[in-house]
Amino acid sequence: MSTLLQIRDVRVRFRVRGGIFSSAGSIDAVSGVSLKIEEGTTCGIVGESGSGKTTLARAVAGLHHATSGSILYRGQELRDLPEAEFRKLRREIVMMFQDPIGSLSPRLSIKSLITEPFRIQGIKGRDLDAEAKRLLAMVGLPPEFAARYPYQISGGQARRVGVARALALDPKLLIADEPTAGLDVSIQGEMLNLLARLQDELGLAIMIITHNLSVVRHITDRVGIMYLGKLVEEGETETVFARPQHPYTLALLAANPEADPDAQLMRVELKGEPPSILRRPDGCEFHTRCPFAQPKCAAEVPAWEVSGEAAHRCHFPASWAQSEGRTA
Amino acid sequence: MAVLDILDLSVSYTTPRGDLKALRGVSLSVPQRRIVGIVGESGCGKSTLISAIIRLMAPNAQIRSGSIRLKGAEILELSEAQMRALRGAEISMVFQDPMQTHNPVLTVGRQMIDIQYRDKLSKTEKRKRAAGMLALVGIPDPEARLNQYPFEFSGGMRQRIAIAMALMAKPALLIADEPTTALDATLEVQIIKRLRELQEEVGCSILFISHHLGVIAELCDEVVVMYAGEVVESGSVRDVFHNPAHPYTRALLDCDPGHIKVRTRNLPTIPGNIPDLVHLPQGCIFAGRCDKRHDACAARPDMATVNPSHHAACHLIAVRETA
Repeated sequence: MSTLLQIRDVRVRFRVRGGIFSSAGSIDAVSGVSLKIEEGTTCGIVGESGSGKTTLARAVAGLHHATSGSILYRGQELRDLPEAEFRKLRREIVMMFQDPIGSLSPRLSIKSLITEPFRIQGIKGRDLDAEAKRLLAMVGLPPEFAARYPYQISGGQARRVGVARALALDPKLLIADEPTAGLDVSIQGEMLNLLARLQDELGLAIMIITHNLSVVRHITDRVGIMYLGKLVEEGETETVFARPQHPYTLALLAANPEADPDAQLMRVELKGEPPSILRRPDGCEFHTRCPFAQPKCAAEVPAWEVSGEAAHRCHFPASWAQSEGRTA
Repeated sequence: MAVLDILDLSVSYTTPRGDLKALRGVSLSVPQRRIVGIVGESGCGKSTLISAIIRLMAPNAQIRSGSIRLKGAEILELSEAQMRALRGAEISMVFQDPMQTHNPVLTVGRQMIDIQYRDKLSKTEKRKRAAGMLALVGIPDPEARLNQYPFEFSGGMRQRIAIAMALMAKPALLIADEPTTALDATLEVQIIKRLRELQEEVGCSILFISHHLGVIAELCDEVVVMYAGEVVESGSVRDVFHNPAHPYTRALLDCDPGHIKVRTRNLPTIPGNIPDLVHLPQGCIFAGRCDKRHDACAARPDMATVNPSHHAACHLIAVRETA
């Protein structure tokens, strides 16, 4: 297995306009993220609204300019790649956007939508009817759907059309931004099964952006947890779920109540709300909400600690052997 | 006596294709000081049910039969003026999207004072109550924050303000329509905990609508499972979630990825689609997707008793009883 995508210390900075009381400045929506995706594997990026996960995905897809750092795709540097060059790469790196219906043009038929990539990439000599049929079959939709329009299909079907369109040109890397948000649980499973099946069939690498940890658990090989534009924990999915180290990961896991009224929940409750990215807290950025914060956390930035198949950024990680003695 | 009693409610929408029978024979009740959850997927009729309870229905909706009683009084017979007196005072509601429930050009304080228009209090007293209510839902520094506009609050805070406003008049019934869906997971937990505390403090009943089974399990005392416009199962949260009697409830619980402890690349799903509610299928509404389907399912099942407080509309229960 070789590395398909290697992200090193990527920073995406946005300028903010000054208001009456604030001066103009900049925010780092993504602030020094490093991670690696191997060919044919799935990587999940989890975080709450404003954690920078979508910005990171868009930077990889070339839709945002990374201010610093490096994004290597099969050894080729993507940062500062001219748009004309990037366009060729969009055969291989494709993105599925969050809003399934909104990302489909209402005036195009499903056939036009899923064969649009061929036109955009100037691929001639294909039988577009046959391609549409092949793609619809691949995502489990009947061929009649080719003649329909986006308003005639359900949210779950619109997602399938989004998958078909993304996979039209046989890409290597699929970036899926919240592929199951807003879907009913029964359809959510269908969508994840579809992605898993297509990955096995096509040898696709997938980067899944989501706020739902239970989605990540079943489909990903590795997972990264983001908070305020930084990774706070990253590792093999099994390891992170079995032995989460960062208190934020613990809180996210606990915030996913089980459908069992008697479930004994390890409640790690967070105080308050995420701070504004304009005023990043000093020290560990999570200390303002962390139930285990100590004076050191407000003063010193914790280092990125790698241990085995996982890594985290915390002064006082959950030590599973002595977690009994710990008080919130 | 129950705060809310719905009996055999049927609601249809007139559409060019014919009558869309969105609710058919729905019965449920919300006892005093209890939290009742309604679960169901898109198209199960949750929203139609709420709009019927507060009588804010779409122009093409018609109540075909049934009754809705609030503290014993029939809501469906009230005049529009009487209904208006009830909304906000006896029944209040928290909506799904906290970003759009407030007036963006008025301060939060002004909006919270305005909705106390029924009370004969001075403005200072009303302001004080508003601040007290904000403090109760856990907004720090409430006096100062009354002068702020909705955009100055985050989504989680706006939803808490919406809850504060809904509880201001100490209603008998609070309807919460997916109040945490638009919020992040860690904030969802905060809101749910706060709702529970407030319910105990204010002493109201809550009808809580959600498609998130975990949230229902955490918050509610009782749960009603709806499918394609019918109640298919109801009972205490413990009975229904531990011992689901209807195949749909079981399938729904199986699909919840949080439920599956062993890593799998093949998640359970419910094959098929919701039936067409204009041309209803004969017999059991879930039969087309049910893995336990048998001959009896050609007839519509009645609500059968699993235990005195646990009911489900499935032929298999009757079989189990006689066996």
